[in-house]
Amino acid sequence: MSNLWIIAGKEIRDGLRNRWIVATTLLLAALALTLTFLGSAPTGTVGASRLAVTVVSLSSLTIFLVPLIALLLAYDAIVGEFDRGTLLLLLSYPVARWEVVIGKFLGHLAILAFATAVGYGAAAVALVLTDGTSEGLTTFAAMIGTSILLGAVFVSIGYLISAIVRDRGLAGGLAIGVWLLFVLIYDMALLGLLVVDKGRTISAAMLDVLLLLNPADAFRVLNLSGSGGASQFAGMAGLSDNAGLSPAILLTALALWIALPLGGAALALGRRQL
Amino acid sequence: MTTLVALEKVTKRYGTHTAVNDLTLEFGEGQCIALVGHNGAGKTTLIKLMLGLTHPTAGRVRVLGEDPLSAAGQRARLAIGYLPENVAFPASLTGLEMLRFYGRLKRQPRPECEDLLAQVGLTAAAHKRIGTYSKGMRQRLGLAQALLGAPRLLFLDEPTTGLDPFLRQSFYGIVAALRGRGVTTVLSSHALSELETRVDKIVVLHEGTALISGTLESLRTMARLPTIFRLRLRNGLAGKVPAIFEGLAAGSVAADGAIELSCTADRKIEVIRRAQGLAGLDDIEIQSPSLDQLYAAFLQDKQSAS
Repeated sequence: MSNLWIIAGKEIRDGLRNRWIVATTLLLAALALTLTFLGSAPTGTVGASRLAVTVVSLSSLTIFLVPLIALLLAYDAIVGEFDRGTLLLLLSYPVARWEVVIGKFLGHLAILAFATAVGYGAAAVALVLTDGTSEGLTTFAAMIGTSILLGAVFVSIGYLISAIVRDRGLAGGLAIGVWLLFVLIYDMALLGLLVVDKGRTISAAMLDVLLLLNPADAFRVLNLSGSGGASQFAGMAGLSDNAGLSPAILLTALALWIALPLGGAALALGRRQL
Repeated sequence: MTTLVALEKVTKRYGTHTAVNDLTLEFGEGQCIALVGHNGAGKTTLIKLMLGLTHPTAGRVRVLGEDPLSAAGQRARLAIGYLPENVAFPASLTGLEMLRFYGRLKRQPRPECEDLLAQVGLTAAAHKRIGTYSKGMRQRLGLAQALLGAPRLLFLDEPTTGLDPFLRQSFYGIVAALRGRGVTTVLSSHALSELETRVDKIVVLHEGTALISGTLESLRTMARLPTIFRLRLRNGLAGKVPAIFEGLAAGSVAADGAIELSCTADRKIEVIRRAQGLAGLDDIEIQSPSLDQLYAAFLQDKQSAS
C-alpha cells in the first residue's frame, strides 16, 4: 500500500472515531431532506420534476455549507498536528512531505465525499420513492459530484492556510475569513460593481473571469445554468444565455482551484523547518 | 567499525540564535551514545538535523551514508527509529491502531506490531484509546513505534522523562538488549546519573558545541576530578589520618569519624593497596566522580575560560 493511502486511511479512521463523518452526514441529510420536502412543495403540478427543483435548493445549501465544513475539516490538518507534536514523528518516517499533504487531503476529501453523497443521496432516494419517477436524476447526480468538487476546493484552500500559518487560532480565523469572502462578500461586491458600472467597462468576458475567480460562483454557474434544465427554476436562465462559460471551462477552473492551493500547501510544508 | 552518523562542521541557526555551532561528530555501529547538556544546549536540534527534519545552515550531515534531506536519505529512514521528546499521538485511536499505522509506513506486518506492544508491556491496553493512556504508557508506545522494523539506528530524545523508576529500569533493559544486537543508539538526557553505566560514549553539549566527548573513563581522566575514599576503622583507631597516605592523598576526618581521602585517578590503586594494609580496617567506600560532577566541572571550566 502506498504512503498516500496509508495516511488517507488513518485520516478516515480518525474522522470516524471523532464523529466528524457521522455528524456531517447527518447534518447534510437532515437539511437536504427538509429542503426537498418543504422547498419543492410550491411546484405543485406545474410539471417541473421535483428532483430538478431540489437541485436548485440543494445547490444553494451546498454553496453555504460545504465550503464551511471543508474549511473546518482542513484548517487544523497541518498546523494542528504541528502544534500537538504528531507531525514531527510522522515526518521522521520514510514519507515525503508532499505525501503527507496529499494523503491527508485524500482522507479528508473521502470524509466530505461520503457525507455529501450519503446526505444528499438520501434526499434523492426519498424523492424517487415518493414520486415514482427518476427524471432529473442525472442532474441531481451531477450536483452531488460538483458539490464534492467544491468541497475539495475548500479543503485545498484550508490546507494552504494550515501549512502556512504557525498558530491554530490564526488558521481558524483565516478559514472563516475565506468562507465569508467567497460565500458572502464576493458576490455582493460583484453585484455592487455591476450596478455601479452599468455595463460600461465590465464586458461579458470580464464578468466570466470574475465568476471563475470565485470557486463558489463557478459551482453556481455550473449547476444552476447548466444543461439539466435547472436554470429555468433558478432565475439564472438569462445569465446562462449570456455567459460564455462552458461546463468544461468551469470544471477546469474548479480543478485549478484544487490543484494550486494544494500544491502551495505541499510546497510550504516542504520548506518548513521543524 | 562502520560509521553510521557523520557530522562535519555543522551549524544550525534559527534567526540570530545559533542552536548548533560548527559541530563535528562521528558515531559508529553498535555504539550507545549519550548527548548530555542542559536545556537549549542543542541536543534536540542535533537529533532533528540527523533525521532530516531541519536542514543545516552550514556543514554536512550523513546518516547511514546518505544526506538525510535527500530522497535516498528518506528511504534510509526505514532503518531509523525515533522517539521525540514529549511524544504525542492522536487521542482517538487505540494503541494498536496507532502502531499499525506507523508499521504500515515502515512496511511492517501486524504480528510485529503486536510483539512490540508486548515488549513494552502494553498488550492489555492495545485496544484502548490513547486518550486514556498515562504519560508512561504513551512513552512506552513511543518506544514501541521507534523499534518498528528492527532499526539499525535509534534516536531517543529524553526517553525516560515521565517514567517511574521501575519503567526506567525496564526501558534501559530494552536499550541494553538493542546494544547487544548491534543497534546504534543516540540518546539525549538530563538524567545524567542514569546514563553512566549504560553508554559507550558521552558527548557534552554546551551552546551548540561539543564541549567534550569520549568514554566515561576518558572524561574522568580529562576532568582530573579527585576520587574520594571513605575508610572506616575500628574504634580507637579512628579520629586520625594514618601517616601511610601522606604525600599520596589529601586526608581529613569526617564528622562520623570516617577518614576521607581524596586523590587523582592515577593514584587510586596505590591508595587501595595501602589501605588494605591498615590494621582495623572495617570498610572502604570508593566514589569515582559521577557524570553530574563531570558535567558541572566541564561547564565550570568553560565558563571560567570565557
